[in-house]
Amino acid sequence: MSILINKDTKVIVQGITGATGLFHTKQAVEYGTNIVGGVTPGKGGTEVEGIPVFNTVTDAVAKTGANASVVYVPPPFAADAIMEATDAGLDLVITITEGIPVVDMIKVKRYMEGKKTRLIGPNCPGVITPEECKIGIMPGYIHKKGHVGVVSRSGTLTYEAVHQLSTNGIGQSTAVGIGGDPVNGTDFIDVLKQFNEDPETYAVIMIGEIGGTAEEEAAEWIKENMTKPVVGFIGGQTAPPGKRMGHAGAIISGGKGTADEKIKTLNAAGVKVAETPAVMGETLISVLKETDLYDKCVTHKV
Amino acid sequence: MNIHEYQGKELLRKYGVAVPDGKVAYSATEAVDAAKSLGTDVTVVKAQIHAGGRGNAGGVKIAKNLDEVRTYASEILGKTLVTHQTGPEGKVVNRLLIEQGCDIQNEYYVGLVVDRATSRIVMMASEEGGTEIEEVAEKTPEKIFKEVIDPVTGLMPYQARRLAFNINIPKEMLKEAVKFMMGLYKVFEAKDCSIAEINPLVTTGDGKVMALDAKFNFDPNALFRQKDIVEFRDLDEEDEKEIEASKYDLSYISLEGNIGCMVNGAGLAMSTMDIIKHYSGDPANFLDVGGGATKEKVTAAFKIILSDKNVKGIYVNIFGGIMKCDIIAEGVVAATKEVGLTIPLVVRLEGTNVDLGKQILEESGLDITAADSMADGAEKIVSLVKA
Repeated sequence: MSILINKDTKVIVQGITGATGLFHTKQAVEYGTNIVGGVTPGKGGTEVEGIPVFNTVTDAVAKTGANASVVYVPPPFAADAIMEATDAGLDLVITITEGIPVVDMIKVKRYMEGKKTRLIGPNCPGVITPEECKIGIMPGYIHKKGHVGVVSRSGTLTYEAVHQLSTNGIGQSTAVGIGGDPVNGTDFIDVLKQFNEDPETYAVIMIGEIGGTAEEEAAEWIKENMTKPVVGFIGGQTAPPGKRMGHAGAIISGGKGTADEKIKTLNAAGVKVAETPAVMGETLISVLKETDLYDKCVTHKV
Repeated sequence: MNIHEYQGKELLRKYGVAVPDGKVAYSATEAVDAAKSLGTDVTVVKAQIHAGGRGNAGGVKIAKNLDEVRTYASEILGKTLVTHQTGPEGKVVNRLLIEQGCDIQNEYYVGLVVDRATSRIVMMASEEGGTEIEEVAEKTPEKIFKEVIDPVTGLMPYQARRLAFNINIPKEMLKEAVKFMMGLYKVFEAKDCSIAEINPLVTTGDGKVMALDAKFNFDPNALFRQKDIVEFRDLDEEDEKEIEASKYDLSYISLEGNIGCMVNGAGLAMSTMDIIKHYSGDPANFLDVGGGATKEKVTAAFKIILSDKNVKGIYVNIFGGIMKCDIIAEGVVAATKEVGLTIPLVVRLEGTNVDLGKQILEESGLDITAADSMADGAEKIVSLVKA
C-alpha cells in the first residue's frame, strides 16, 4: 500500500509537448509510471514517444480512462490547466509548474471547492510511490520501496531526506512534495491523515520551512490524532526576516512564520525535529529504534 | 517587488482612491517648484525609500513656507536614513514626495494580504492608525477586524461597511470610506499585489477619507502581466548583486557573512545556510540556481558570489534532480577560469549525473575540496575559511 498513487494510477501529462513536460514524461515512463496520454491544445491526434496527445483533458480522460494528471504548463496558463483537469473529474492533479501568480491560485482553490479533485502543488517536485509510480521531477533512483512516508514543502530537501533513508536501508511508502507556494492544493495535515490511515506506512518525516503556519497547524493535528511517529525538519533557521527565500511562500513577515516558532510547536506536539538537514535520516532512525519499529522499517541491504 | 509611496499613490489615484495632492522631486529646486504648484499653506516633505519608520528617522518634515521646503529638501536628499526596516546600514534618500498638508481628524489602518490559511484575500482594518499592525495584533488584537473576500464577487460593500462601522469611522464619512476600501481591493486584485497597506488612512476636517501613506508589495510571479508596475522598479533600492542575479533569473539574497553558497532548490539553499551556521560559520548569501539552470547561468551565479568582497570561501551544495551535476561542474570550471579562484572552494555533488560531475571537477585541475555529504562540506568550508 501507499498513498495517493500506485501501480494502477493512469496518468495524463498536461503540457506533454513542452521541453520540461517531454523530458519528465520520458523519465516517468522509464520508471514504470503508467502514462496513458498527454494534452496539448491544437496537437490532438498526434503522438509523442508513442503516447497519444489530445486537445482537451475531457477527451484524454474519455479515451484513456486516466484518473490523475500532471501539469507542466507554463505559469501564465497553469491555473486554467488545473481547472480544466478538475472539470474533467480527475481524482488527482499534480502541478509541478513554479511561478503561478497567487491571485490565480486563489481562484483555482475557490473553483475546486466542493469538487472531488485533489490538487498537489503547485511549485512542487511531485509524488512518488517507489517502484510503482513516479509523477514529477524527482530523481527516481534514490527511492526505495518501504514504510516511511515523506511529506515536504521543498523538492531538494525531500531528495536529501529520501537519500539519507535509502542509504541507511530504510525504504519509503510514498514521498509527497506539497510545494513551496503560499496558496497550495494540499497541506501537511491532508497528507499526514492519509499516512496515518495507510497500513503500510509506519512512520513519517515532515519537512517544513519558514513562512505561514502550516507546520504549527500540523503539529496541533499530530498531537490530537497521529498514531505513528513523526520526525520533522524546518529549513530557514538563519533566514533574515522580510526576504523571500526562493520559494514564494518562504518568508517571515511581521515576525510570523519563523523556524524557531515552528520547531517549538512541533517539539511540544511530541515531534522530534532534526537539528540539521544532514541528520533527518538519523533522527528518524533513532525514533524508530525507540518505538521498536526499526526492524520493520529496514527494507534493503546497504 | 516593492515600490515607493508616491508610486503607490499614483496607482491609487488611477483607481479613484483618495490621496493628498503631491509630486515627486529629485532636487531641492524641484521640491520648491512642486510645493509652489500645490499652493497649500502647509507642505509635507517626505523621504522616498523602500522602508517604513521614515518619520522617526527624520525623513518626514512639515514645511510652513517655501524656504522651509527648500531647507528640509536639501537636508533629507542624500541623507542615509536608518529605520527599523533598513538594517543598520540604512538607505540613502534620492527622491522626495512633496505633498499637501491636510487637516487630520483621525487615523486608521486598512490593509490587504493573502491569507494562507483560507487561501483568500483578507482585508484588515483597525482604529489604531499610525501604529504598526503587528504591534496592534500583539497588544490589542481585539482592535483588528477582518473580512475574508470571495474571489468570485470581490469585496462586497456590506463587508466594507461592516469594517468601517467596526473601526468607528464617523457615519457621515461612511460612503467615502466604503468607496476607499472598494477601490483599494480593486487595485490589489487588478495589479497582483501581495501586500497593500494604508497606514494611516485618515479622515480630514473637510470630510475626506484619504491615504496618508501607501505601502505596496507585488507578487513577483505576476510581473509578466503587470508591465506598468515593472516600470516602477527603482534599482537604487536594490542590492547590486541581487540586480545582477535577477538578470539571470537566479534567486539570490545578499547576507552579512563570508561563506558564499551555491545550491539548487530553495529548501536546500536555506538549509545550507542553516548548517553553515550550525558549524559556527556565516553564510554570505542565499542562492538557488534553480532546476533548469544552464552552464551560463551557473557561471553567472559563481561570478556574482565571487564579486562579493566579504566572501572568503565558497560552498557548492548540489542535489541533482532536474539539475544535472555535470552542468554545475562545467559552470564552476568555466567561471573560475574566467575570473580566477584564490579562495577555498568546497563542492558536494549528489544526484543526477554525479559521477560525470565529479570527473569534470577532478580533470579541471582546480583546487577543489570534495565533500561526501552536506554536513561534511559545511564543516570543511567553515574550517578552511577560519584557517
